[in-house]
Amino acid sequence: MQPYELTISEARKLLDQKQISSVELTRAVLARIDSVDPKLNAFLTVSEESALADAEAADRAITAGTSKLLTGIPLAVKDVICTEGIRTTCASKILENFVPPYSATVIEKLKSQNAVLVGKTNMDEFAMGSSNEHSAFGAARNPWDLSRIPGGSSGGSAAAVAADMCLGALGSDTGGSIRQPASHCGVVGLKPTYGRVSRFGLVAFASSLDQIGPLAKSVEDSAVLLNALAGHDRKDSTSVPEPVPDYPAAITPDLGGVTLGLPKEYLQAEGTDPEVGRAVAGAIQTLEGLGARCVEVSLPMTEYVVAAYYVIAPCEASSNLARYDGVKYGARANDAEDLMDMYRKTRSRGFGPEVQRRIIIGTYSLSAGYYDAYYGKASQVRTRIMEDFRQAFTACDALVCPVAPTPAFPIGEKTDDPLTMYLSDIFTLSANLAGIPGLSVPCGFSTEGLPIGLQVLAPYFKEETLIRVAGSFEQTTEFHKKRPRI
Amino acid sequence: MEFEPVIGLEVHAQLKSNTKIFCGCSTAFGAPPNTHVCPVCLGMPGMLPVLNRKVVEYALKMALATGCVVSKKSRFARKNYFYPDLPKGYQISQYELPIAEHGAVEIDLDGKRKRIGLTRIHMEEDAGKLIHDPNRPVSFVDFNRTGVPLIEIVSEPDIRSPEEAGAYLRKLRSILRYLGISDGNMEEGSFRCDANVSIRAQGTEPFGIRTELKNLNSFKHVENALAYEIRRQQAVAAEGGRVVQETRLWDPERSRTVSMRGKEEAHDYRYFPDPDLLPLMIEDEWIESVQKTLPELPDEKKGRFETVYGLPAYDAGVLTASKELADFFEACVSAGAGAKSASNWIMGPLLGLLHAAATPVEESPVSADHLAELIGLIENDTISGKIAKTVFDEMAASSKAPAVIVEEKGLVQVTDAGAIEAAVDAVLARCPDEVEAYKGGKTKLLGFFVGQVMKETRGKANPKLANEVLKAKLK
Repeated sequence: MQPYELTISEARKLLDQKQISSVELTRAVLARIDSVDPKLNAFLTVSEESALADAEAADRAITAGTSKLLTGIPLAVKDVICTEGIRTTCASKILENFVPPYSATVIEKLKSQNAVLVGKTNMDEFAMGSSNEHSAFGAARNPWDLSRIPGGSSGGSAAAVAADMCLGALGSDTGGSIRQPASHCGVVGLKPTYGRVSRFGLVAFASSLDQIGPLAKSVEDSAVLLNALAGHDRKDSTSVPEPVPDYPAAITPDLGGVTLGLPKEYLQAEGTDPEVGRAVAGAIQTLEGLGARCVEVSLPMTEYVVAAYYVIAPCEASSNLARYDGVKYGARANDAEDLMDMYRKTRSRGFGPEVQRRIIIGTYSLSAGYYDAYYGKASQVRTRIMEDFRQAFTACDALVCPVAPTPAFPIGEKTDDPLTMYLSDIFTLSANLAGIPGLSVPCGFSTEGLPIGLQVLAPYFKEETLIRVAGSFEQTTEFHKKRPRI
Repeated sequence: MEFEPVIGLEVHAQLKSNTKIFCGCSTAFGAPPNTHVCPVCLGMPGMLPVLNRKVVEYALKMALATGCVVSKKSRFARKNYFYPDLPKGYQISQYELPIAEHGAVEIDLDGKRKRIGLTRIHMEEDAGKLIHDPNRPVSFVDFNRTGVPLIEIVSEPDIRSPEEAGAYLRKLRSILRYLGISDGNMEEGSFRCDANVSIRAQGTEPFGIRTELKNLNSFKHVENALAYEIRRQQAVAAEGGRVVQETRLWDPERSRTVSMRGKEEAHDYRYFPDPDLLPLMIEDEWIESVQKTLPELPDEKKGRFETVYGLPAYDAGVLTASKELADFFEACVSAGAGAKSASNWIMGPLLGLLHAAATPVEESPVSADHLAELIGLIENDTISGKIAKTVFDEMAASSKAPAVIVEEKGLVQVTDAGAIEAAVDAVLARCPDEVEAYKGGKTKLLGFFVGQVMKETRGKANPKLANEVLKAKLK
């Protein structure tokens, strides 16, 4: 076994037992990036020098006996999370050379544990997309099939974890951007409850939906990462002062006493690939075998989820992205004739087509005379979606359903058809609109050998339930152990 | 047809919190450009606002001082527009749910009291400042002011004349200053005003089409611009034309308003609730504790000055227009001066002195104690009223105590009958012709003789005594 193949938990033991140093582990991971990333394009920036410095500091902490759960662990971070001194591009031309003078709170938290940051991962520009094809720096590729998308928008993070180019990674999830690429790449991805993890330093796409979370090789690793990330932050008014439980401890050998809800609108959705349906059905059987009781539940607002999301998210995005105007930082068109011309040229050249599309949709939806019909109505739908979940969770502890209707699709298949692309988010959007936590865990493979994920959704701040259900499932299955050959 | 103007004012007042509304940067005025900035107020990627509690407290003070209903739940919204002095591309303001609504202030004008309703008070952040290079087509941005807290105070369209508008603005500024929450300085931009004006046929209900006036940088500009705009609209209506809804700029150089943008070019600000900030919930306890900290406000103080000091309404109004002036008056009275004498001296010579030197009353070269002492010297006949004016001027110049000045300059009033008789004798001896004339019936010459006696005594003779002695000697 190569060091870069280790899980975080395995590496922890070897590091603490001094069987490997963080510098050795980090060098192995950096070499792995060197050898496979040219095929995958999962990284936008590899921070080799600072990673080795991080690793040396980690080794000193280990020697001093002050190591914590993530000390010396090489991690990758989605390029939408600000890292002091390391460029943060959001996979956009407009921030191509932006080096933040500050770090996100989550980065500070990882640093406080002496984790090692190996680089910044590829993504859809400003996290807008489900395939990674909207990166201004070329799409990342799926390690299981290089002709396919890794999913998005945290596709680089998912591909990096799946291809052993890091031991774990951070992503952000606004409408499924952690869970869907995790599903497509055969890794575990967890979107926490809105407010569980600080958004300070996360470049905003849709502020009321965005949430940072981990991508990892196992449920336990994702729990370890979540423990490091979670907690109240005074710098983020929307973060919540709930105590942070010991997430890894939530994993139990069986699921006795757990009731799982099967949302019929998700499980009987038209357009779901039969192979996805079969894998999810198989997973449900396994969960029942572990002692879980399954009941059918209904989420009646499901048919309005995509519409509501694609109003609210672009509305917020249109405002959040107004700051990229060429005045203060980032790219500026230098051939402008006047102020308006500078705005127009800077933004037309700096933003890719999908970002421009969403800015236009959002601007339109917020305009005088349209606000009530769009943003106003979508906000009402959002309240009803929350009510759907509240109702469903009166009958169960968690919901299980597919993550995406199909396994990873070929690059280029949907780029000309944004609506079909949007519809592929159907099962993941509702958790963001409601603010509840969700997780994707590998639950099968298609006949073509592409990974399929099972989604688990839980009530607010019940990440422990997600981890228990998925952890128990993972312990009795082998899907997560299979690795792509690159 | 008689037209009546209908005016509503929107006032922006900068709040005097030490730090900005959504970050920890200093709000101090006059620092070198872009030194009071941080990633949050510069709107850098990933930065988030955190509401300054002091700003809410100050807004609450104003809300309570103007009788507003405080909203238990208010919200911040984003006002979206592009401009280089607005780093996020939106201003965080309050829109649908402001912190306070339905208040009022009272103004006194020509002896009449009038209530001007307040529609709402809301909090928002200020924008930065553009500085244009006069020699090159280049502009610079200073973000020091970005994020400085403002409250916007919106009046009902209750104002009917430029004078009422002026009185309303002075009252608002006075309340803000009494509360100690704003400098209220129009020239420095810490107190800004936009005006909405329309006219309607006298006595009718519906409002006419309004114009919005901007660039009103002093009280005088506000009144002049309103007067001009009312005349302009009346002229348009008189000619059978229609007033167009538009924004107009006041041009103080040419004393007129000029069209800036029409209704079609009006911005669509695309307001929506700011998802980065939770709704602001204000509990009753907070409101009560702020209520307890409210000082005596201008109207209350004015009433008290009338009843406790027996001052005329006019005097009480002038003295309480600023808290500092009212404090000066009360200090003067408590140092022994009679209320009306103190009021006369303050409203007359003191304010004249302060206005001429553009000095705030807190920095007056004549202290309240010294003024009280001066008034005492007059009342106990140590000096005459005339000499007192000389002494006051000297106090203003040197800040010395009046008794010291009187002593140094030998200005003590001569009340010794013998000394006055000697002076009278000297005068009468010097002016035989006038004595002749007086005795011949030209009694008006008494004033001349008094003047001569004052001259003889270098102004120190007690005028009353001089009068008596003269009359006796001229019999």
